[in-house]
Amino acid sequence: MLRYILRRLLQAIPVFFGTTFLLYFMVFSMPGDPILALFGDRTPNEAVYNSLVEQYNLDEPFIVQYLLYMRDLFTGNLGVTFSGRSVNEVFADAFPVTLMLVTMAVIFEFVLAAVLGLISGLRAGKLSDQFNLVVALVLNSIPAFVAMFFAQYFIALGLGWAPVTVGANATWSTMWLPALTIALTLYVVGMRLMRGSVIESRGADYVRTAYAKGLTSRRVTPVHVARNSLIPVITNTAASFGALIAGTTVTEGIFNIPGIGKVLYDAIIGGQGPTIVSFVTILTVMYIIVNILVDLLYAVLDPRIRYV
Amino acid sequence: MTTDVITTSIDEQPHELDPNKPLVQVKDLEVSFRTQGGDVHAVRGVNFDIYPGETVAIVGESGSGKSTTATALMNLLPGNGRISGGQVLIEDKDISKLGQRQMAAVRGHVIGYVPQDPMSNLNPVWSVGFQVREAIKANGLAKGRKEVEARAIEVLQQAGLSDAERRMKQFPHQFSGGMRQRVLIGIGLGANPKLLIADEPTSALDVTVQKTILDHIENLTRARNTAVLLITHDLGLAAERASKVIVMHQGKIVEAGPSRAILTDPQHPYTRRLLAAAPSIASQRIGATVSEDAKDEGVIELASIAKDRHEEAEAHAGGAVVKVEDLTKVFSIRRGGFKSEDLTAVDNVSFEVHKGTTMALVGESGSGKTTVARMILGLETPTSGEITVGGTRLDKAQGKELFDVRRRMQPVFQDPYASLDPQRSIGAIIGEPLKVHKVGDAKSRTARVEELLDQVSLPGAIAHRYPNELSGGQRQRVAIARALALKPEVVVLDEAVSALDVLVQAQVLQLLADLQTELGLTYLFITHDLAVVRVIADEVAVMEQGKIVEAGATDEVFANPQQAYTQRLLDAIPGSGLDWAV
Repeated sequence: MLRYILRRLLQAIPVFFGTTFLLYFMVFSMPGDPILALFGDRTPNEAVYNSLVEQYNLDEPFIVQYLLYMRDLFTGNLGVTFSGRSVNEVFADAFPVTLMLVTMAVIFEFVLAAVLGLISGLRAGKLSDQFNLVVALVLNSIPAFVAMFFAQYFIALGLGWAPVTVGANATWSTMWLPALTIALTLYVVGMRLMRGSVIESRGADYVRTAYAKGLTSRRVTPVHVARNSLIPVITNTAASFGALIAGTTVTEGIFNIPGIGKVLYDAIIGGQGPTIVSFVTILTVMYIIVNILVDLLYAVLDPRIRYV
Repeated sequence: MTTDVITTSIDEQPHELDPNKPLVQVKDLEVSFRTQGGDVHAVRGVNFDIYPGETVAIVGESGSGKSTTATALMNLLPGNGRISGGQVLIEDKDISKLGQRQMAAVRGHVIGYVPQDPMSNLNPVWSVGFQVREAIKANGLAKGRKEVEARAIEVLQQAGLSDAERRMKQFPHQFSGGMRQRVLIGIGLGANPKLLIADEPTSALDVTVQKTILDHIENLTRARNTAVLLITHDLGLAAERASKVIVMHQGKIVEAGPSRAILTDPQHPYTRRLLAAAPSIASQRIGATVSEDAKDEGVIELASIAKDRHEEAEAHAGGAVVKVEDLTKVFSIRRGGFKSEDLTAVDNVSFEVHKGTTMALVGESGSGKTTVARMILGLETPTSGEITVGGTRLDKAQGKELFDVRRRMQPVFQDPYASLDPQRSIGAIIGEPLKVHKVGDAKSRTARVEELLDQVSLPGAIAHRYPNELSGGQRQRVAIARALALKPEVVVLDEAVSALDVLVQAQVLQLLADLQTELGLTYLFITHDLAVVRVIADEVAVMEQGKIVEAGATDEVFANPQQAYTQRLLDAIPGSGLDWAV
């Protein structure tokens, strides 16, 4: 197991350098002059311009700039945003908000997938299964941002159950609507996985043996059918956790949630190269870590899997 | 294996039941399955009774309805199956009138169940202890955590797991097949039922393990006066273990009676065919000649067509086609962390196979026989030692030379369902080796495929069909045709008939013998089944833990085994100690 973790971490090294390099290269190639962008509508005088160029090493060739950036990264210096705050500080503010949102969304997603998938699997081919499928197809076909506008319009404005936008006041109770909306657009895959494996394990030999022991379906369904079927659903949900941490940009934009996605969104719109690179670097690292954790989760859930 | 001492605790006093009152009555039982093509009637009017303490065996091929009958007794038919007629009475209660709860009370408590495949019948995600405790709690046999635990250990120990206490926390995949089957027997007998249904309880196990397990079931059930319903495809095994045998064919009982009577005086032609095809009774090597009348009746009697080909074989025998010298294979097994351990799977093995003869490599699983076959086929590299095939050293051969050796040597594997690509037509499967080795053009290849199909007695039209449309026996014929496509000198048959029903097995063995004479083939036959060895092999080598412990002419080894291990394998052949009708 230890050996497996080590190997996975070693594999993450080239991934890390590959993504940061590509990212840096893409931002470097973005049209526009970053220093002019920094001054917005005004034009800096030549002396200020030149000193800034020197300060940010913009006169150096690309590869030198990348290596300097790497040096800073490893010493924990992620640079400053155009507004003058350090990236570390901005991240520390934004990350807990995103983590809260994503955690809530993932819990909703998992519950929806497991419960509806179990019902569908146990009633395969019957009315409730068909109904589940139709609802899932409709939800899956709606683009996420459309679903979010619907949620804002009908649930927040129409029924008044939740605030339309979150703003600075990001708490569990103000963010349940965006979290649920994310979950509704995501649960379908997990639900179908659950349905499929419930059908499979219902017909498994060990389930028949469990009944032959004298167990009733009240015991067999949760312990032998659902428990075994949950493995793919849990890992699927966990994988979407990683994707969401790095992918709530649209949601945070629409609901005005001050999380990582929102910061990134503003940085991209404003052409703030260093901020983009720093944030995406952090997200890449987190994505890699979450994925390693997901793989380890398999081994916890299924005793047959042992990593060597 | 030490003989297990059976401890009988207080609640396991033998059942005291009226021996003249049937425990189970099956009356005109009909079972049908709903499929897309309409209802399939799997069981069609079956009648039998099981009395307390007696052992009844149902014998039949796959698809005969024997397992379906057994699951119907417990009302555990799969979702699309139902009892469509007749009745099953258990202790005079009609099971179709019982509610879910009442039925759950019957299961485990009145009827225990030992399933066929120990690999798939334990839930892989729960520990063995958990699954035994669950059965004990369900039947209300013990209260409180400690008592349940103690009882679970006791049940497993009685089933022959002497180190049960230590292994309670382990998961099924950490147990061998035989050990898992003991766990399932423990679960099945845990509530001390009045009837135990054992559905092919040993067909997935090695032959010596088979005997231990069956002996164990017999001892436990006899001590408790438990009735047993044994489902099996092996008539020899049924006759040896049961007092009453029921022969099923296509959902109907064709013959039933005391096992001795069935064995010595079978009435129904189907029973006679089953008896004749059982390899355990054919005492000698079969040759290619099939008497014409036997062919007309569609009856293949391995015993009657067996003839001593020994002299003939010697006359034909050329030099060694396959020569193996000091062959050794060491696998490195990871032991968690950074440790690894060497496992010597094949240890200094030497033998020769002569042209036109059959050499059988026999042993239990883990004995290294399949590893030897894989090394000869070039699928595995030997750690040391030499393999020579038709004068070419395998380890020295490279590129074109190796390619040519491969052409002279072809395999047939065990599982006819897994070894054919489901996406390709039969014609494409058989023709593929020809294509790979660039033999002839498209037209001549098609002609060759047809010729091959004819050789293995399959209709030419089958070339356009797909593997899933074929039966197991037909598929194995296709696998043989594919192996023969390149006109090889050597065919390596790795458990090639083990997965087949006894009648089909007899047909395929006969086909192999015919082809050997016709084409002068040399066979290396890998198997765990000594009964099959006797009818197909000229020479036999017995492997145990990577070494050849005994080798020689088949008749000599069978008549006069030198090693205790060989004797044990021979004793384990079901029905070896019985008198047969033919």
